[in-house]
Amino acid sequence: MSAATDHSLFAHGSGLRRRRRVNRAVELSSTVAALLAVAVLLIVVGSVLLKGLGALSLHFLTTPTALFGETGGGISNAIIGTAIIVAIAAAIAIPIGLLVAIYTTEFAPPRIAHPVRFVLDVLNGVPTIVTGIFVYGLIVVPQGNQSGYAASVALAIVMLPIVARTAQEVLELVPLTLKEAANALGIAHWRTTVRVTIPTAAGGLLTGALLAVARVAGETAPLLLLCSIFAPGNLTDPSQGLASIPIFIFQASESPSPTAHTEAWAAALILIAFVLLLNVVARVFYARSRQRMEG
Amino acid sequence: MESGALIAPVLRARRNRKDRIGDPLLRGLSGLAAAVAVAAILGIAYEVIDVASPAISKFGIGFVTTNDWNPVTGRFGAAPFLYGTVVTSGIALLLAAPLSIAISIYLTELAPRRLRRPVATLVDMLAAIPTVILGLWGILVLGPFMRDTVEPALKSVLGFLPIFSGDPSAFGYLTAALILTIMITPIITSVTREVFETVPPELKEGYYALGATRWEMVRRVVLPYSRAGIVGASILGLGRAIGEAIAVAQVIGGAYAIHTSLFHTGGTLAAQIAAQFAGATSQLQKASLAYLGLILLVFAVIVNVIARVIVRRGRLPEAEFTPTEVEAL
Amino acid sequence: MSKIAEQARQLSSQQVPAGTARPQVPRRDRGNVELAGLNAWYGANHAVKGIDLGFDAGLVTAIIGPSGCGKSTMVRCINRMHEEIAGARAEGHVRLDGIDLYDPAIDVVAVRRHVGMVFQKPNPFPTMSVLDNVTAGLRLTDAGKGEIEDRGREALVEAGLWEEVSGRLKSPGAGLSGGQQQRLCIARALAVEPEVLLMDEPCSALDPVATLRIEELIGELKKRVTIVIVTHNMQQAARVADTTAFMLGGELVEVGPTERLFTNPDNERTEQYVTGKFG
Repeated sequence: MSAATDHSLFAHGSGLRRRRRVNRAVELSSTVAALLAVAVLLIVVGSVLLKGLGALSLHFLTTPTALFGETGGGISNAIIGTAIIVAIAAAIAIPIGLLVAIYTTEFAPPRIAHPVRFVLDVLNGVPTIVTGIFVYGLIVVPQGNQSGYAASVALAIVMLPIVARTAQEVLELVPLTLKEAANALGIAHWRTTVRVTIPTAAGGLLTGALLAVARVAGETAPLLLLCSIFAPGNLTDPSQGLASIPIFIFQASESPSPTAHTEAWAAALILIAFVLLLNVVARVFYARSRQRMEG
Repeated sequence: MESGALIAPVLRARRNRKDRIGDPLLRGLSGLAAAVAVAAILGIAYEVIDVASPAISKFGIGFVTTNDWNPVTGRFGAAPFLYGTVVTSGIALLLAAPLSIAISIYLTELAPRRLRRPVATLVDMLAAIPTVILGLWGILVLGPFMRDTVEPALKSVLGFLPIFSGDPSAFGYLTAALILTIMITPIITSVTREVFETVPPELKEGYYALGATRWEMVRRVVLPYSRAGIVGASILGLGRAIGEAIAVAQVIGGAYAIHTSLFHTGGTLAAQIAAQFAGATSQLQKASLAYLGLILLVFAVIVNVIARVIVRRGRLPEAEFTPTEVEAL
Repeated sequence: MSKIAEQARQLSSQQVPAGTARPQVPRRDRGNVELAGLNAWYGANHAVKGIDLGFDAGLVTAIIGPSGCGKSTMVRCINRMHEEIAGARAEGHVRLDGIDLYDPAIDVVAVRRHVGMVFQKPNPFPTMSVLDNVTAGLRLTDAGKGEIEDRGREALVEAGLWEEVSGRLKSPGAGLSGGQQQRLCIARALAVEPEVLLMDEPCSALDPVATLRIEELIGELKKRVTIVIVTHNMQQAARVADTTAFMLGGELVEVGPTERLFTNPDNERTEQYVTGKFG
């Protein structure tokens, strides 16, 4: 058999051509799919940016919502309300979530740790509107009115599995050698946990907390049932209804008025910026904590 | 420094009163926290049943199949909303699963190394968008687009099918299904991508060495290997779609009966609760809404638990925190 | 081609193949491989430097050398698997019966049908049965199901595995012992009837009994395919190979009939390696 021009060994029969075509088609579709996902993200965020930026102004941020029939309001009360509600929810959920994680990773024998993790999974799967019904029956009915506290409790329940699960995963990553070394030095278990394990895992714990906060900052369903009616004058009292950004957006989105729509976009811009910022910060912290644990 | 001097303060510390109570205290506190978590789930079940009890005792199990929702006459049933939940979540899953697999293939096999992280992050960010904002976008951008472009096109080509008959409308099952698709795709993608990354490289190599194209390798090695993970991921996405109240409430239009056309307005379990609970006029209506909540709770919990069991089996030991991970937790 | 390699080729082409139990005619006209100016890189790391080497049809050639000398890399260039690694590239010519496998007109997928590979760690596909494993490469073609299964069974016979698996063709491929898995991988590679079979340390993950079986198999298979075997075990090279090539630091130091290379090498570095002074 002679020269390099004889390719009969490798003749591209129709079989190979077809296979190449199919491969090309799949590769193209996969790329298009990825582009589609990114495009949708850019379109949604872009819409919020474009339509919301115009209405955003210092006035908008510092003025409370206009009363019924009036125009020219803002979202200052909604911002404050969301801040309070989320802060209280975090104050409840983060310590409890951390403690649950400590329990399942440090103290509980497997036959207890497993069911607890299962319960956390179930809790995570509960639709947030149903959590709203729960807190409605638990707090709003006896109290007789909606309140910021009720909203915070509901959001705390939504946050709890997230905080607990992420804390658990991070705590389990703390090298066993560290804990063993402390133990060998005669240091009590609780001290090891508080002074060694938690600080080592701190970055990851913070990440989990930030992500949980980002998750509930935009959570609307429980608020509809628990904190959607509020007195315009009430800015900071959680025992009554408080304004909130998600409810503002929801109600403005359902309104027929174009002004309301513009305001909704502007509020959405604030919310999305906050949530995305938290996500970015959480990632940075996570990367740093990974370095510390591996380095 | 003398070793004795180093150890002595520690040994002394052992006898400290703080330590004697410290261990049991931490154990007790954390155990209490765990008990709170358990109490929460039990409490939710109990309370929802309690709020729903007037409706449960009045309608019984027939509620599930009653195709009526009339606050005026006081006749309530779950059928229209069960139908809506199944249709919207089902379509969302049908669209999102192949899409997610395709995106995962791109991210694990096709994308240039330097693009992988950024693109994966962008897809994950889609899951971080608060659903009320997705709903807002749905009302003001997607809805009109569906009404003016997509639905008329579907109707002209496939209008002979009952699901594509009827008048195009911005609000309805189809728009809601699309919003749900956008919501659950990042979740399914994230888990699927993780599973793809666990396929041992020597298996891929072995198949390439037999003279396979990339797609052939993915089809015969990666996908079969990842089958359980893909199923688990999809069910996870389904669970998320079932429970979504806000975005769906914003774009589904709120009708109270079963409609065959996908263009028509409708309702889902979660959306109906969101739309009517706060403004319910009678105790019976509130209770009926809570009854819807009970059905939703059972549905969602079962689906989520199944999904997590399947997914956790293949879960990598490393923690990876992204918004979709948080969703997928 | 270097003078040494040319001499080695002449010598090895005069060699008479060992006596055979099966009446096979050595296929001298197909399966001749020639490397010319082969270079390979991992990023900036120049791992294979200017190799000129030939592998004769019907013979077994062993590639020996200390770890890191580039022998696996070079062999992976023959079936163009090297370029699948991110950042890796290869240049030069690999001619199979005169056809340059690196010619841009040739589809790499076609190359691998003609040059098969068996890996260090047996890698049967866990989601496929034994039969599906053997026929995995065949099912990429348009051939009919019956034809494919027949050829698969034949390949199992050729790999000496038939008796052991004939009763469990449908059971999972990964459920066999290590040695059986590797013979399954050999059968899988043989099923598509390549001209050349590359074996990258095929026995290093196996026990001595399994190793021996495969070495015997190699002796039988060489009539069917040209075999290139990478091995770090010099005794193995001495047992199975007709020709041996010694590599060091990415370069080809010496190549020649196995016995001569081990007993009376031309190059001093070769002598140091085969007498165990390093590596």
